[in-house]
Amino acid sequence: MRVQVNGVERETAAATVGDLLREMGIDSAKRGSAVAINDSVAPRAAWDETALHEDDRVEVIRPVQGG
Amino acid sequence: MAADTLGIGPLQVDSRLFVGSSNYPNLQVMLDAIAASGAEVVTVAIRRVDLSDPSGEGVVDVLTRGGYTLLPNTAGCYTAKDAVLTAQLAREALETDLIKLEVIGDDRTLFPDAEELLTATSQLIADGFTVLPYTNDDPIVARKLMDLGCAAVMPLGAPIGSGLGIRNPHNIAIIREMISVPLIVDAGVGAASDAAVAMELGCDGVLMNTAIAGARDPVKMATAMNLAVRAGRAGFLAGRVPRKMYATASSPIHGVIGT
Repeated sequence: MRVQVNGVERETAAATVGDLLREMGIDSAKRGSAVAINDSVAPRAAWDETALHEDDRVEVIRPVQGG
Repeated sequence: MAADTLGIGPLQVDSRLFVGSSNYPNLQVMLDAIAASGAEVVTVAIRRVDLSDPSGEGVVDVLTRGGYTLLPNTAGCYTAKDAVLTAQLAREALETDLIKLEVIGDDRTLFPDAEELLTATSQLIADGFTVLPYTNDDPIVARKLMDLGCAAVMPLGAPIGSGLGIRNPHNIAIIREMISVPLIVDAGVGAASDAAVAMELGCDGVLMNTAIAGARDPVKMATAMNLAVRAGRAGFLAGRVPRKMYATASSPIHGVIGT
């Protein structure tokens, strides 16, 4: 399936948000990251049950140094 | 000295200096400077994870270990829509309802877009956020932000990173008179005296980043800002003498020799 992650097209075998994060090497157990799919926040507690769909726009963020 | 605690929504702080975490020479200098500043609240930005390096040690970890309250911002957002989503992502990532709301209108001045800011504020307050909006030094917009339910109002002293100080102290004074929620000058401070001026005007706090991080010695400047905010606050509480055109002798007038 093809999705867009942080503005970049990506071919993925992941079925859920949780799978996708693991595929990307992101420790989903750790506080400090968040995910939106098509401009809606996907709650952390439901990442493993949140299904991905073709052409979903996924944003994966984390806090960084800022002012 | 009696406690002079500042309450912002659910947040209670003793330090009236709020600092950013950006643009330090390195992470250790950042931590040393923040410690020297005495700040309890530190701002962070929200950005896409770098897909080529998703595992890097985050600033969240080191600041959380330091016991600081993290205040996420929506820096870089130009629309209410992006700012609201960024705030929602920040809440999810940091488990906080606090948001420093920035909706920028122009990349050269980084001045806020008042219309988008008010729109985003309404939506975020309806969504349960504790909103601290970065706004222009416009008293009417400041009052509207208060009326919408913001926990604090944060007018700029001067453009972000400019170090120009408090460009319009009269507007800050008017905003102080008009609003009853905490007033925090956010952006523009360059020197410690600027921070003191903001506090002398009756502001409840000052938020800065570049003034400390960009100083030749950030840790020393953080100490200076810490002292300046305290000095300005004490001076405000003490009540300054009125300004007069002419002199009033400090020493006794009577008993001068030769009279």
